[in-house]
Amino acid sequence: MKYFVLLAGYGELPTWDALTPEEQQAGMEQHHAFSVACEEREGVAMLAGEALGDATTATTLRTTKAGEMTVTDGPFAEAAEHIGGFYLLEAPDLDVVIELCKILPGYDIEIRPAIDAG
Amino acid sequence: MTSRSALPSTPAERLLAEVLRDAWGRLLSNLISRTRRLDLADDALAEAFARAAARWPTDGVPGNPEGWLFTTSQRIVIGRLRAEAVAGRKAPLLAVRESRAEPDPDDGLPDERLQLILLCCHPAVDLAARPALALRLVIGTPTAEIARLFLVPTPTMAARLTRAKKKIVAAGIPLRLPAEAELASRMESVCRTIYLAFTAGYTPGSGTDLLRADLAGEAVHLGEILLTLVPRDPAVRSLVALMGLQHARRDARQRDGRLVPLSEQDRVRWHHGEIARALAVLDTISPTSGYPETLRLEASIAREHVTTSEHSPTDWDAIADLYERLDSLTGSPVVRLNRAVAVAEAVGPTAALELLADLDESLGAGHRLHAVRADLQRRAGLGALARASYERAIELCANDTERVFLQARLAET
Repeated sequence: MKYFVLLAGYGELPTWDALTPEEQQAGMEQHHAFSVACEEREGVAMLAGEALGDATTATTLRTTKAGEMTVTDGPFAEAAEHIGGFYLLEAPDLDVVIELCKILPGYDIEIRPAIDAG
Repeated sequence: MTSRSALPSTPAERLLAEVLRDAWGRLLSNLISRTRRLDLADDALAEAFARAAARWPTDGVPGNPEGWLFTTSQRIVIGRLRAEAVAGRKAPLLAVRESRAEPDPDDGLPDERLQLILLCCHPAVDLAARPALALRLVIGTPTAEIARLFLVPTPTMAARLTRAKKKIVAAGIPLRLPAEAELASRMESVCRTIYLAFTAGYTPGSGTDLLRADLAGEAVHLGEILLTLVPRDPAVRSLVALMGLQHARRDARQRDGRLVPLSEQDRVRWHHGEIARALAVLDTISPTSGYPETLRLEASIAREHVTTSEHSPTDWDAIADLYERLDSLTGSPVVRLNRAVAVAEAVGPTAALELLADLDESLGAGHRLHAVRADLQRRAGLGALARASYERAIELCANDTERVFLQARLAET
């Protein structure tokens, strides 16, 4: 199965920008450890993964009931303000993904299966 | 203990009822591990049992009833997978699944019921759906019965179960034992889930379906299965003892459509064999910590209640002491309320009223805090306060039978 792993926020922890260079370095190492663990784990592959620009760089497209698409500056929702990045993983099941995500720095993370279109 | 009300009459029906009880979870877990399609497997197994119910009484019972049910339900799943493949969605996976399809008939099905229980109680499964899912998937309790247990309409329960099953399949939650480090916390969630199903059966319903002890018995059965799977787990042992001691009093807990308080229950109607078995389990458990200890303390309180007789009256000091430990362990307002009831017996109503002082914020919206407080105020000679508390309790009480009881008490106060 393919899983989309959204690094959705920093929870109760300080945001990335508020960290000291040493703390940021430690975070980078956790991301590295995560990619190594994904590589080594049988049945798991990292298909994509990117850090994203912050909320001020976001653009939102909304579609009205009339089918009209509006373009606005800013992120989609308040909750999405701190989206930091994402991974796209191939993994055998949800438990494997959860286990691997525990290696990452303490983000709030949303995991969604990609729909299997055959 | 069974909830299936229609008594099976023919030998085939009796056998089927037995197979259903014993083998449902084993058959279903094997169907899931072979097809990874919980959503299809549950319906297919129900369909196979329906076919057996229709055929066995006339065609005779097959030599290996479980094998017949497994093969039949697996064919049904494969048929539905094929239909999906025709719709052009799952074709590549089908070949793999089919090649694994035929079980070796001599090789008994592995018992994966523990994995199945853990799956139902997985943290990624909706908390509200877990108890229902566990009853449905592990022991095959009919959806309509589960709906009655939780006092919701059957379509509501069916939708809740369907949503949970779809989530499990779509999110890829596996039928697998967790890592050793995680097992204890996962077992705790399993015990909480089963106990929730059990207590649902003794939650007074609105209207006339006062208690549903038959369905609480389904949770007891689930706990007993779990105990055979993990016989050493302290939480599971305490849970089984606790449910056993409470459930043994089922036939004495209501009379003429009214709840009968423990002190007025007819002990002859208690199931003393079940009490002895539960006590034997409880005696083997040492004090521990955390949730397993909560269960052990609750079972120890239940023991105090059922081991009284006319020769040895209830030891309220011991019960108040157990509640004090439970209170400090859990910090639960409901525990505090029960502790106050015990302290009223051990010490007196005034000491008990003090324990209720800071519960209004957490329990004030329900009727029980006010009903207990009213009773304590009445016993402490605070008539006016007691009447006000009774009125508040009556106002908030949703259960017809309990309200009648409270109104009678108000009239006497």
